[in-house]
Amino acid sequence: MTDQPQSAIVAEKLTKSFPGVRAVDALSFDVRAGEIFGLVGPDGAGKTTTLRMLAGILPPDEGTATVAGFDVVRDPEGAKHDLSYMPQRFGLYEDLTVDENIRFYADLFGVRKAEREERSAQLLQAAGMREFRKRLAGKLSGGMKQKLGLVCALIHHPKVILLDEPTTGVDPVSRRDFWRILYELISEGVAILTSTAYLDEAERCHRVALLHQGKLLFCDTPANLKAKLGKGVLSVSSPEPRRLRSQLEHADGISSLVLTGDGVHVVVDDAARRIPEFEARLKSAHVPFDVIQQVAPTIEDLFVDAVSSGASPHA
Amino acid sequence: MPEHNNSVVVEKLVKRFGDFVAVDQLNLEIRKGEVFGFLGPNGAGKSTTIRMLCGLLTPTSGRALVAGHDVGREPEAVRQNIGYMSQKFSLYNDLKVIENIRLFAGLYSVPSNMLSERIEWALRMANLKGQENLITGTLPGGWKQRLALGCAVLHKPPVIFLDEPTSGVDPISRRQFWDLIHQMAEEGVTIFVTTHYMEEAEYCNRLALIFRGKMVALGAPSEVKRNSMKGELLLAECEPLGKAVEVLQSAPDVIDAAVFGNALHLVVRDAAAAVPQVEKYLSDQGISVGRIEKIRPSLEDVFVSLTTARDAGEERKA
Repeated sequence: MTDQPQSAIVAEKLTKSFPGVRAVDALSFDVRAGEIFGLVGPDGAGKTTTLRMLAGILPPDEGTATVAGFDVVRDPEGAKHDLSYMPQRFGLYEDLTVDENIRFYADLFGVRKAEREERSAQLLQAAGMREFRKRLAGKLSGGMKQKLGLVCALIHHPKVILLDEPTTGVDPVSRRDFWRILYELISEGVAILTSTAYLDEAERCHRVALLHQGKLLFCDTPANLKAKLGKGVLSVSSPEPRRLRSQLEHADGISSLVLTGDGVHVVVDDAARRIPEFEARLKSAHVPFDVIQQVAPTIEDLFVDAVSSGASPHA
Repeated sequence: MPEHNNSVVVEKLVKRFGDFVAVDQLNLEIRKGEVFGFLGPNGAGKSTTIRMLCGLLTPTSGRALVAGHDVGREPEAVRQNIGYMSQKFSLYNDLKVIENIRLFAGLYSVPSNMLSERIEWALRMANLKGQENLITGTLPGGWKQRLALGCAVLHKPPVIFLDEPTSGVDPISRRQFWDLIHQMAEEGVTIFVTTHYMEEAEYCNRLALIFRGKMVALGAPSEVKRNSMKGELLLAECEPLGKAVEVLQSAPDVIDAAVFGNALHLVVRDAAAAVPQVEKYLSDQGISVGRIEKIRPSLEDVFVSLTTARDAGEERKA
């Protein structure tokens, strides 16, 4: 890669097998300073294994990984002070207050008191948690706990942050708060690698790597990924979605059709050509429907298209 | 609508914990065979409502009928007529597939003369014929989740509660799962779904969004997207994003600003009027502005707009 010197994380052909399964298979990507990079894929795609290898706590079978300039395969402790890893179950002490948890992590990383005070005030402000400093961590809501975990993980000004599904189980409002903190960090030049099983969260990253069964399907910006689909996506709503589906599922030009709660979501070869065809077909079958409109493809459309073009989607 | 067409009827349902009103005068009617989504942020009263509907918690006032039984007076009968599935907690991972099915059949008191037929049915439904002796923990996510569903409906309940049923499952398995759910609904089973994931909410025939114990939106997903947003939505490409969000917090026309990848989503009262104002506001602050256009809100945009709009100036509850 041409911008290698600026890359905060470089993974090259990382491979890891567990008995009976190749969890990560020759995975290569890089994350630049000031970038939010998403590792996106369903459970079992290899996201956690990848993060653990980059964090220096799981040696890869093959391949190399450099984090903040340190070769974490040869020197797993080297990047410790420049790196923060937030696993799915971050170790908060439930019987300590918010402030006490922060102080504990600050002490672990040798952060001085004055710096700790300034940093925690800034982070708690960004997290919308200033009023909760004296609350026990165990009494916080799920979203607040995740945000406190992030504050603790950031207290020592790491240059590289690895987050494993930080927003799982968190409601959309707290998720937005969480992402706002991440966006604030990148202006400091931090590199953020975050994993998610929710494909719609990919849209919030600068670049994403889409993983499936340990392999990289795609790596690009969300906008480029969508452009790559090269197909049209149509949304049709109807008070009778099941009749709508049975009329459309055998129509020409459809590569995938999903029944949603009040209509269908269809991937087609040529939207401009298929819209009038579908309209005519539905009218002649007397299936009631609202307008057929072209919508932006989702990352899920792309994922399904890539995975099912190789194998039968109804296996 | 006659009551017998409704599987779930909720009238003026209230639950108080001390001074705190967790559920406040909630009304709902869910038709037989409907896939109904129940959404709301953490602490909105969602779990409290579901616990009441499952006969696990007595309402303070009001009433709720589930499959014809009153949740306050006949909680036992309610529990026998519902199935409950949460992808995360339903199964014993160190048991075999068949052992999980037998365990749930026992828990739900499936009569012994129907046992073998129901086990057969569950295996076929879950597409796990021939896999009976696999250890559950080793199954791929999509299989596990179909098994969990099979176990939850062994006793043929007319109403099923699903809690984030497809979180973390790959999209292809997820689509297959929802096909299964829609088939069950077609056969007359009523499905009550709770989730934080808007991708799942899209699969529901109708949605209710609750906030602070009260219903704030109700309708088909497309209706909710069209009608429930407070204001209009703009997509704005600008640089640097962090500063733009900060600046726009104090912009008079902007109700809310959130970062989405390389752009912002802005909630405004009137899109046409706001575009030139936002453009000027940002460029006056030295922020470079690209494309600004009105976009159709996603369910998530609606969700956030309805559950934060009332927060301005108020103290937030954890």
